[in-house]
Amino acid sequence: MLVDILVDALRTSVGPTAAAYALLAIGLNMHFGFTGLLNFGQAGFMLVGAYGVAITVSTFGGPLFLGVIVGMLAAVVLALLLGVPTLRLRADYLAITTIAAAEILRLLFRSTAAEPVTGGVFGLRQFGGAFFALNPLPDDRAYLGPLAASAGRMWVMLVGWSVVLLMTLLVWALIRSPWGRVIRSIREDEDAARSLGKNVFAYKMQSLVLGGVIGAIGGALFALSLQTVQPDTFLPQVTFYAFAILILGGTASTFGPVIGAVIFWFILGMLLSGLRTFSDAGLLPEFFGAQAVGAVSLTFVGVLIMSLMIFRPQGILGDKKELQLDVS
Amino acid sequence: MSPDPRPDPLEGTSAEPGVAKADPILTVSDVRRSFGGITAVDVDHLEIPRGLITGLIGPNGAGKTTLFNLLTGFDTPDKGTWTFAGEDLAGVPAHLVARKGMVRTFQLTKALARMTVMENMQLAAVGQTGERLLPALLPSLWRPQEDALTERADELLVRFKLDHMRDQFAGTLSGGQKKLLEMARALMVEPSMVMLDEPMAGVNPALTQSLLGHVKGLRDNEGRTVVFVEHDMDVVFDISDWVVCLAQGAVIAEGRPSEIGSNPAVIDAYLGSSHSEAPVQRRKRHERRAS
Ligand SMILES: Nc1ncnc2c1ncn2[C@@H]1O[C@H](COP(=O)(O)OP(=O)(O)O)[C@@H](O)[C@H]1O
Ligand SMILES: [Mg+2]
Repeated sequence: MLVDILVDALRTSVGPTAAAYALLAIGLNMHFGFTGLLNFGQAGFMLVGAYGVAITVSTFGGPLFLGVIVGMLAAVVLALLLGVPTLRLRADYLAITTIAAAEILRLLFRSTAAEPVTGGVFGLRQFGGAFFALNPLPDDRAYLGPLAASAGRMWVMLVGWSVVLLMTLLVWALIRSPWGRVIRSIREDEDAARSLGKNVFAYKMQSLVLGGVIGAIGGALFALSLQTVQPDTFLPQVTFYAFAILILGGTASTFGPVIGAVIFWFILGMLLSGLRTFSDAGLLPEFFGAQAVGAVSLTFVGVLIMSLMIFRPQGILGDKKELQLDVS
Repeated sequence: MSPDPRPDPLEGTSAEPGVAKADPILTVSDVRRSFGGITAVDVDHLEIPRGLITGLIGPNGAGKTTLFNLLTGFDTPDKGTWTFAGEDLAGVPAHLVARKGMVRTFQLTKALARMTVMENMQLAAVGQTGERLLPALLPSLWRPQEDALTERADELLVRFKLDHMRDQFAGTLSGGQKKLLEMARALMVEPSMVMLDEPMAGVNPALTQSLLGHVKGLRDNEGRTVVFVEHDMDVVFDISDWVVCLAQGAVIAEGRPSEIGSNPAVIDAYLGSSHSEAPVQRRKRHERRAS
C-alpha cells in the first residue's frame, strides 16, 4: 500500500501538471525573484495561455500552433494592460491589480455571455488532436516502468519538461547578462537603478511580459495535457501554489522552480494518494472523503509555506547569505 | 593643495544670493516645491560653476535633499525651470538626467545589497549593448564591452580602496564603504557633474579624509563639477571653491568659504533654527544627526 502511494506520488511529481506549474513558477521567478514585482495573478496568464489554444482550435477551428501563439500574444497584451498603469506606482498596486484581473478574467470566461466562445462554465474540450497526432511514440506499450505512463502522457511529459528546460535556460542566460543585472538592481533599489541611467519602467515591463508569457505557455501545456479547459481551474490558489513552488525551490535561483515543482507535486501527490487509499479502505471518517481533496491541498500549501518561512526561508536552492543581507 | 596655476574662474563673482557665474554648468530659475503647507524649496536663481566644487549647506530641513531630488528628476516641482550644460532639464525623467551627465548619490546610501561590489560598478556604465533584451542572449555581442567596463571598474575600485571587497555582496560593506562604493559607482556613469548628498555622514574619521581626497580628485584630475551637501563646516571650508547656503528652501547666501563663515544671514539661519548649531562651530560627530 505504501509503495503504491509512493509510486503515485512519483507519477504526479514528473507529470504534465508539475511541468505546467514549473512554468508558472519560472515566470513568477522572473517577476518576483529577479525583478521584485509582486504578481499575484499568474493564474490569469495561465488562463489566457490555456484558452488561447482552446478557443483558437475548438471554437474557431484554427491550427494548434496558432493557438499557442494567440495565447502568448494574449499574455503580452495582459501584461501591458496590467503594467502600464501600475509599474510606475508602488509595488503593492501591481499585486492588487493582478489578483483582481485574474479573477475578472475567470469570471468573464465562465459567464453566460461568453459561452459561445469560451464554453462558459463547462469550458472547451478536444483541441489537442493535432498535438497528439505528432506523437512519435508507439502506443502499444506503457512507459517509465512502474509509473506506467501511456504514450500520450509520455509525449506531453517529454514536450512539457523540454519546454521547462528551455525556459530555464532562457532565464539563466538573461539573468547572467547585463540585462539581468539591471533587472536585479531594480529588485534591490529602483531609485538607485534610475540614478544610474536605467529606464526602470521599461525593464519592469519587459520582465512582466516575459514572465507572463512563460506562465501562458504553462497554461497551454496544462490545457493540452488534460484536453479540456474549465474556467474554475484558474482560481487564485493556482497562483499561490506557484508561489509555494517558487519559495520551496528557492526564490531567485534559476533552477529552483523546477526542483520546487517536482518536490511540491511529490508531496501533494503523496497526500492525495494516501487520502484516497485510506478513504477507500474505509479508514477515514465519512466527512474526510473524496470531497476533502481541495481542503487538504490548500492546508498543505499553507503549512508548507509556513514551515519554509520558519525553517528554510531561502528554499532548497536559495542562498542563505543573500537572504540575511539587509536590503534597505 | 598646491596653488592653482589657472586663473580663478570665480574672479570678481560677488557674494550675493543668486549671483551669476562666468561659466555655469547648471542654472536654476524660480524652482519651487511645497509639501502641504511647507515650502521645501523656493529658489529664485542659482548658478553652479563648471569644474569646481560647490558646497551646499543649510540647517536640517532647509530643502537641500529636496532640491537634489528636483534637479535630478526624482521629484517634480510645482513650478520652475533649470538648464544643465545648456539643455532644459525640467520634466526630464531621472534616468535620462543621469545619462545627460548629472549623477547624484543619496543621503541614505543605496548600495544594491544582494549584488556584488563589482556588479554594482558594472551596472552603472551607460550604453551597454547587453542591457537590451535580445542582444543580452548573445554574449559575443557584449563580451568585449563588458571586459572593458570591468577593467574600468577595477581601476576605480583600487582607487577607492574597495578592490579587496570586489566579489562580496555590497550589503556586507560598512557604512563608510557603502558611501565610497556609491561615489565610485556614480563615476562609472562618467558624469560631468556629481551631486553628493551628505557623502561623509556616518563615515568614520579615518575614511573621511580619503573621501575628501576623492572629491577633490573629481575636480582636479577629472575636471568634473561637484555639488555636495555637508554639515561639517571644516570639511566644507576645506574643499569647496564656492558655498551656497539654503534656509527654509531659499538661497540666503553664497560666497567663497572665507566669506560664508562670517555671513550674518548664515549664522542667523543656523542659530535661528532649533536643531542645528552655528556653522562656524565644529560639531562633534556623535552629535550629528541625519536630516
Ligand atoms: N516627501 C516629503 N513629504 C513631505 N514633506 C517633505 C518631504 N520631503 C521633504 N519634506 C519636507 O521638506 C523640507 C525639506 O526637507 P529636506 O529637503 O529633506 O531638507 P534637508 O535635506 O535640507 O535636510 C522639510 O521640512 C521636510 O520635512
Ligand atoms: Mg537632506
